[in-house]
Amino acid sequence: MRAIGIILAGGNSNRMKELSKRRAVCAMPVAGSYRSIDFALSNMEFSRVTKVAVLTQYNSRSLNEHLSSSKWWDFGRKQGGMFLFTPSFADADSQWYRGTADAIAQNISFLKNSHEPYVIIVSGDCVYKMDYGRVLDAHIEKGADITVVVKQMPEDFNVERYGTVRMNEDGRIVDFVEKPVLAESNTISCGIYVIRRRLLIELLERCREESRYDFVQDILIRYKGVKKIYGYEMKGYWSNIASVDDYFRTNMDFLNTEIRDFFFRQYPEIHSKVEDLPPVKYNVGAHVRNSLLSSGCIVNGTVEDSVLFHQVYVGNNCVIRNSLILNDVYIGDNSIIENCIIESGDTIQANSTYKGEDGVRIVIERGERYTI
Amino acid sequence: MIVKKEMIAMLLAGGQGSRLGILTAKMAKPAVSFGGKYRIIDFPLSNCINSGVDTVGVLTQYMPLRLNSHIGIGIPWDLDKNVGGVSVLSPYEKSENTEWYTGTANAIYQNIEYMESFNPDYVLILSGDHIYKMDYETMLDFHKENGADVTIAVMPVPMQEASRFGIMITDENKRIIDFEEKPAHPRSNLASMGIYIFNWSTLKESLLANASQPNLDFGKHIIPYCRDKGRPLYAWEFNGYWKDVGTLTSYWEANMELIDIVPEFNLYEEYWKIYTRSQTVTPQYFGNNSFVERTIIGEGSEIYGKVYNSVIGCDVTIGEGSVVRDSIIMNGTVIGHGCSLTKVISAENVTIADNVTIGQGDDTPNNTRPDIYRDSLICLGEDTVIPEKVTIGKNVMISGYTAEQDYPDGYLPSGSTLVRD
Repeated sequence: MRAIGIILAGGNSNRMKELSKRRAVCAMPVAGSYRSIDFALSNMEFSRVTKVAVLTQYNSRSLNEHLSSSKWWDFGRKQGGMFLFTPSFADADSQWYRGTADAIAQNISFLKNSHEPYVIIVSGDCVYKMDYGRVLDAHIEKGADITVVVKQMPEDFNVERYGTVRMNEDGRIVDFVEKPVLAESNTISCGIYVIRRRLLIELLERCREESRYDFVQDILIRYKGVKKIYGYEMKGYWSNIASVDDYFRTNMDFLNTEIRDFFFRQYPEIHSKVEDLPPVKYNVGAHVRNSLLSSGCIVNGTVEDSVLFHQVYVGNNCVIRNSLILNDVYIGDNSIIENCIIESGDTIQANSTYKGEDGVRIVIERGERYTI
Repeated sequence: MIVKKEMIAMLLAGGQGSRLGILTAKMAKPAVSFGGKYRIIDFPLSNCINSGVDTVGVLTQYMPLRLNSHIGIGIPWDLDKNVGGVSVLSPYEKSENTEWYTGTANAIYQNIEYMESFNPDYVLILSGDHIYKMDYETMLDFHKENGADVTIAVMPVPMQEASRFGIMITDENKRIIDFEEKPAHPRSNLASMGIYIFNWSTLKESLLANASQPNLDFGKHIIPYCRDKGRPLYAWEFNGYWKDVGTLTSYWEANMELIDIVPEFNLYEEYWKIYTRSQTVTPQYFGNNSFVERTIIGEGSEIYGKVYNSVIGCDVTIGEGSVVRDSIIMNGTVIGHGCSLTKVISAENVTIADNVTIGQGDDTPNNTRPDIYRDSLICLGEDTVIPEKVTIGKNVMISGYTAEQDYPDGYLPSGSTLVRD
């Protein structure tokens, strides 16, 4: 491959509310059996990008555990491999990453020691399938300095927390607005960039001298007139999970047959850490419809329109509706859960009721676990 | 390089297991699916790594492809090691006297060099056809404590069944004083499980001394030889779950036991995990009109119909309006709409078209192998295709691509055998 990969996995969004206390957004469980970063990693794998750096800082324990072996994405190679960089890996006089550009700049030796001519920078909190090789081809064909993957969103989509772009007929980005209050365009940046490695090093070093730290603000927006920045439009499913509502909706999207087929049944597959859990068990009293369930679950009650992650125990006479139950949750008998996200490791006492009345309710219950 | 392994395991996985009928037509018995997502060999392999045995030679002979691709370099069991790990050992050509593996001990004899290369103190002999969880380390401790040369794992069986087994007669210290193969009047109820720990020197000496014996077998030749030499043989008693899945009926029963509320053999225990090569990690999906009860289901399956008392593998699809009861459906099988399946064992990647009924009719015995296809079970071989709107009876075996004309009046009566390419 002509490119190395960088996955920005440090973000910790306060829009994730309590969910981000436990882990970085990139480590959020998605679609029953995956973590958010699996999508970026699998895309790297199938685009044959064999050398990938994952940059992370906040609450990275969960992410570290998930990435503990790079076997699952075939990155355990002599040539290339996966490198996990937290701020403690950088120079002695370095600091906490002050922004996306700073995170890369503090690990600039990774760029300098590589020989591949291009760099693909992606964020680890998006759910999509993409061949980055195609973006690179377009990048070379256009003679671009930087290529930004963009997506045309529907009219009613709220672009407030994204960067929006306007392109000319040639695809060159003429306007880039970060987190617009009043949107002029519904084309948003997907946080996927292709850039020449030497140019990136040069821009980062200049940023550093000027004490600028943000990739979007200080590179894309600042240089948009000087450098040739092109947009590459993504056609398939793409979703960013970095707010509670988007996270909830993205997971529920997998109950849709087309989206499920796209991710689960069409090449390439998304790979994840193998958890070695037993098949799901359905006892008498189980009643399951329109739901996804992951390995290790035991179901004794009703589950409807929900996603159950790994190792969820559903007690007798429970009713679970329109909810996400994250990994390793025990739900005692006769409990009712509606419109909720139940945090990983929770124990829901028997006879409890949790309902999200106006919107999704996040439930964190650290009760004592009774043995199954 | 200095190599030293205290104990290595040799896993006998070369047998066909012909009493499993069509299930072992294309693969050795240890490669047959079990419990939704596992294969039989996963149990001894997981036992090895859970017991701290990290060097395993797997002896293959009959139809090894599926087994080879399943084992690979041993990643799922953490048996991908720099030194040791898992090695697949098939028969090989020698400068003279090339032969197949002709018996259990002959297979081990032909791999003396492999064992020697790890400089072991003990060698554990296992077979790849049982479902159980066993800590071989505890057995090794027993072996060492007693100063045994050979330790044989035994389990108590009901006295009336003892005449079906190799029976060990022990003294009060568990030293084996005699043994008898399938005795008419058993003197003990301790049945050999075919699991042995040998001191390496004893094993090597016994194998070399008996090398010329045709069909060299542990039970018939090596163990009697060790007894006659006056070697200390001990019996280590095992009281956990241990299931021989040698026949289709026992295979079906062992699968069905897994769906009990608290099964005797519990896959949900954290401390003794069973590992397998997962083809997929995707969650399973249930449609709007599905129902499921007393069933276990593997990853990636999509259930739109109703499932009762069954064991379902990975990536299985069960269509809308279909009802599956008392069945084992292995990986990759697709069942269409409006089907009804009762007591079906479907091997991998079977395709059943819409509106097919299987398991309806009288109990006529099978016309070719009544000893295998019995107890109302219907067995579908790997990659079988069944056309739409047909009805199939009981005690039936079907294999291959079948079409409408194979089912006169849309019906295949009980006791039939239907084999197509």
